[in-house]
Amino acid sequence: MDNLTSIVHIKGIRDSLLVSLADAPWEEQRAALLAQIDGQPTFFQGARLALDVGAQVLKVNEMVELRDHLSERNVSLWAVVSESPTTEKTAQLLGLATRVSKPRPEEQRASEIGDITDETALFVNKTLRSGTRVEFKGHVVVVGDVNPGAEIVADGSVIVWGRLRGAVAAGAKGNPGAVVCALDFVPMRLQLGDQSLNAADREETGRPEMAVLRDGSIVVESWQSGSIG
Amino acid sequence: MTSQVITVSSGKGGVGKTTAVANIAVALAATGAKVVCVDGDIGLRNLDVVMGLENRIVYDIVDVIEGRCKLRQAMIRDKHLPELYLIPAAQTRDKNAVSPSDMVRLCNDLRADVDYVLIDSPAGIERGFRNAIAAADKVLVVTNPEVSAVRDADRVIGILEAEEKRAPALIINRLNPALVKQHDMLSAEDVLDLLGITLIGVVPEDETVIVGSNRGTPVAQDLKSRAGQAFRNIARRIQGEEVPFLDMDKQAGIWDRLQKMAGRR
Repeated sequence: MDNLTSIVHIKGIRDSLLVSLADAPWEEQRAALLAQIDGQPTFFQGARLALDVGAQVLKVNEMVELRDHLSERNVSLWAVVSESPTTEKTAQLLGLATRVSKPRPEEQRASEIGDITDETALFVNKTLRSGTRVEFKGHVVVVGDVNPGAEIVADGSVIVWGRLRGAVAAGAKGNPGAVVCALDFVPMRLQLGDQSLNAADREETGRPEMAVLRDGSIVVESWQSGSIG
Repeated sequence: MTSQVITVSSGKGGVGKTTAVANIAVALAATGAKVVCVDGDIGLRNLDVVMGLENRIVYDIVDVIEGRCKLRQAMIRDKHLPELYLIPAAQTRDKNAVSPSDMVRLCNDLRADVDYVLIDSPAGIERGFRNAIAAADKVLVVTNPEVSAVRDADRVIGILEAEEKRAPALIINRLNPALVKQHDMLSAEDVLDLLGITLIGVVPEDETVIVGSNRGTPVAQDLKSRAGQAFRNIARRIQGEEVPFLDMDKQAGIWDRLQKMAGRR
């Protein structure tokens, strides 16, 4: 098993796993990968896999077979990265990606930055749809909407340049200065520090608004420039 | 023309995926395009019923994938349109009988032969859904103007974005303009506002759709049906035509208008 696992190197990239295989015959590589997955089924459940096979030349049926094996384990193979043009062509034929795009800058930074200070923010440049969850130990800035069913949990403040209709928890680690603002402020659930606010209690105003903690309770007021302190 | 694989999906069940597939397929085939519908709802098939082809099934998609028959043998020709075919789902198997790569292979084989492959996705976001979108060039997301259906559509769109599929297009099905006017139903604008993707069709609530589904004759063949018109427009938009959206206020049929007049005067 030790020998097997040393063939397979797994790294998280963006929303999928990049699996690099050390030099070995394909049969061994394949067996090692599948053994690894079978060893930790919960970890791999529903994962998207990108496979880096190095210089290995893979035949169509080998790739298809692997894809089927993976999909039986509820793991989807979406990319095969290879130095061999033949293998690349085969992957393309099967509708697989052959290049793993670079991690988005924000996520790269999130993993690289060791110390998160008061000035660290995660920049999310898209709409957060139902079922997505963003968790960050600094501030979170969203350019886009936060739809119902999406969640943001931040230790710092949350700024939404768009409509906020999902759930937000800011100042999660008890930061009293944390605020939540949005151009259209209709969160389904809002938590600031240990205080929470129910969506049903307030009306939509259509103006940019900001929630702050004042004397231990949440106050929602109009969001004016310079008011974030 | 290069062929297109289009998957119709929704997340939530019962919003009209199967009906949409049958009607869009009929409308596309009526323009002379060669169309194959694939029922991706293995274990709970019903596209065959909606298309009225139930009693002609010999082989199904799992037979093709497991090599018990040739692709052509599983393609059932429509009763009216010679260029419309159905590959039915297996009723006695489940979603695990097919893998995403099986679907890709099947669709690649079909591409050689037809203009459009329309795949009916099962409800949910699990294996069956993954199978259905695996081969798709384009995904149409069907929703109803209801909060729960829109929420699920949002989730599905999020998954498609994560899969780096091309941006899906939206069909709003069963819109009732009278209810929208009374503010008892989300309007098409409300739905679009939240989902933020391109709209490819709005289909009005129309009881002829249900009648058509039960009889196995999709309403897209009925030139008088408003919903049929909406589906025909979607087909034309798929073919790249610019078609203005139906004016929903005109939706009240001539009888409603006569009744209104009679009631008022």
